[in-house]
Amino acid sequence: MEKYFLKVEDLARRFPSARGGPPLPVFEHVNFTIERGEFVCIIGHSGCGKSTILNILAGLDEASDGLVIMDGREVAGPSLDRGVVFQGHALMPWLTAKKNVEFAVRSRWPDAGRATIDEICARYLALVGLEGAADKKPAELSGGMKQRVGIARAFAIEPKMLLLDEPFGALDALTRGVIQDELLKICAATGQTVFMITHDVDEAILLADKILLMSNGPGARIAEVVVNTLPRPRSRNAIHRDPQYYPIRNHLVDFLVSRSKDFTAKPPADYDPLRPPLVTPGLTDTAPAIQTSILQSQGATARLA
Amino acid sequence: MRGSLGLRAGVLSALIFLFFVLIWHVGTMPVERAVNADPEYAKLVGGGKSAGLPTPLMIAQTVWTQIRDPFYDRGPNDKGIGIQLAYSMARVGFGFALAALLAVPLGFLIGMSPLIYRALNPFIQVLKPISPLAWMPLALYTIKDATISSIFVIFICSVWPMLINTAHGVASVKREWLNVARTLEVGPVRRAFRVILPAAAPVILTGMRISMGIAWLVIVAAEMLVGGTGIGYFVWNEWNNLSLTNVIFAILVIGITGMLLDLVFGWLTQLVTYRE
Repeated sequence: MEKYFLKVEDLARRFPSARGGPPLPVFEHVNFTIERGEFVCIIGHSGCGKSTILNILAGLDEASDGLVIMDGREVAGPSLDRGVVFQGHALMPWLTAKKNVEFAVRSRWPDAGRATIDEICARYLALVGLEGAADKKPAELSGGMKQRVGIARAFAIEPKMLLLDEPFGALDALTRGVIQDELLKICAATGQTVFMITHDVDEAILLADKILLMSNGPGARIAEVVVNTLPRPRSRNAIHRDPQYYPIRNHLVDFLVSRSKDFTAKPPADYDPLRPPLVTPGLTDTAPAIQTSILQSQGATARLA
Repeated sequence: MRGSLGLRAGVLSALIFLFFVLIWHVGTMPVERAVNADPEYAKLVGGGKSAGLPTPLMIAQTVWTQIRDPFYDRGPNDKGIGIQLAYSMARVGFGFALAALLAVPLGFLIGMSPLIYRALNPFIQVLKPISPLAWMPLALYTIKDATISSIFVIFICSVWPMLINTAHGVASVKREWLNVARTLEVGPVRRAFRVILPAAAPVILTGMRISMGIAWLVIVAAEMLVGGTGIGYFVWNEWNNLSLTNVIFAILVIGITGMLLDLVFGWLTQLVTYRE
C-alpha cells in the first residue's frame, strides 16, 4: 500500500435523486494509483465526473465515499502540496502576470524576502517563456499566455503533485501544441507528478505515462488503465511515426466512440473495479481485444501485487 | 466642420448654453407697465419696473461678488458661500464616512454568509425606502443637536447603497478566484483583503458613488429643516430675504459641487476597475 505516491480507494460521488429514491452515483468504485514522477491523464465523456475527481484530489470537493491518500496522508481539504491549473485560467485580473505568480509564492513562503520572491517569480515566468510579459495584466495577454501564467503559478509553489483540469481546452491548436511541448519539457526537467484531465487523445498520448479511461456516467468507473509504452523523449512531430502510436490511438478512440457507452451497464465478466485492467495496446498491435485479456491479468497482477 | 466628437459636442453645448441665456435674458427683460397705484406705494415696491426673476447679468454680477470673497463672515445670517459649502461638505463627509465604516464591513459579512443575508434582508428592505428626512424628528429628539442630527440623516441615507452593493459585490466574486485562494491555503484575512476586496472593489465604489449622490441631494433638504449653516440653509435664508439672485447662485453651486463629487467617485471607480 505504502509504495504508491497517490492512492484513490473506492471513490464515489452520489447526488440525491429527485424523488427520494436511492442516490444517483455520478461515479463509484473508482480505484487508481499514481507513482511519484508519473504523468497520468484521464479521459472520458462529459458528465462522467472527471472534474469532480480532480476537485476531490485538489481538496476543493468532497467524495460521498472512499478516500484519497497522498504521500501517506489522507487528502482532506486543499493544500499547497497540490497545485491546480484551472480550466479557465483563473488569474486575478487586477494583478499583473508577475503579481499573480507572486500571490502563490507568498502563500507558499510567507516569510520569504523580497529578493527571494522576485527570483522565484522570474524563474517560473521564464520557465513558461513569459519573461517579457511579467508586468502585463491578464486582459493584455492572449489566451495561451494566460494559461501559461496559470501553469507558472501552479509550478511556482513546487507542489508534490500538479492537477490540470483540461488546461488547453480553450486554446487554438497551434498554441496548444506549443504549450504542450513546454509542459513536456518542464515535467521532464522537474520530475513533477501530474494528474491531468483532457479530451484530446493525441495530447494524452504525447504527455502521459498512464491513461485512465472512464466509462460514461451515471455510475462511471475506471474501465481500463492504458499504459503508454511510447518511448521518451517524445516530440509532437515524430510520435505518429512510431509503430506504437496508432495502436494506442485506435484503442483510445475505439473506447471513447463505442465501448465507453456500454461499459457501465455491461462490464466484461472478469472486470473488477478494485483492479481496473492494465492494457498496453502499443505492444500488442494486432487483435488487441484478445491479447489484452491475457496482458490484463499479467499486467494487473504485476502492478498491484 | 469635422472635428473630433468631443470638440463638436463642446461647441454644441456652448451653443445650447448661449441660446438658453438668450431666452432667459429676453424673458426677464424689465418691462414698463402702467402703474395704477399710488405713486408713493409704487416707488416702495419697485416702481413696477421689476419682472420678478433676475436677469442673467444680475446673476453674473452676484456670482462675481460671491466668488471674489467666498469666506466672509458677517454674523449668523450673512456668511460667504465658501463657508456655507464647507459646512455642508463637512456634514456630508462625516455622515458618509460613518456609513462607509458600517456598510462595507457589514456588506462583506452579508455577502459571505447566506444565513446573515437572509436574516438581515427583511430589515434592509423595510429601512431602505424610508425617506431619510423622515428620521429627522426622531434624530432631533434623541440627539438634541442639529448638526449631529443632519450628520445622522446623511449617514442613514448613504448606508443603503453601499451596504447593498458591497454585499452584492462580495457575493458575486468568482468562484474560481476563491478556489485559487483555497488551494494556496490563503488565510481568511489575506483572502478578504487580497482577493475579495479587489474583486468586489468596482461594485463597492459604484455603491459609494450612488450614496454620495443621494447624500448631496439630502443635505440641502436637511439643512433647510435644521437651519443655522450650510448651503441648504443659505438657499432658505436667501428665499426669506427674497433674494432670488442668491437662490439661483446657490442652485448653481449645488449642481457644480454635486458634479465634482460624482467626478471624484467616477475617477476612484476607474482606478479599481479591472478588465477581464
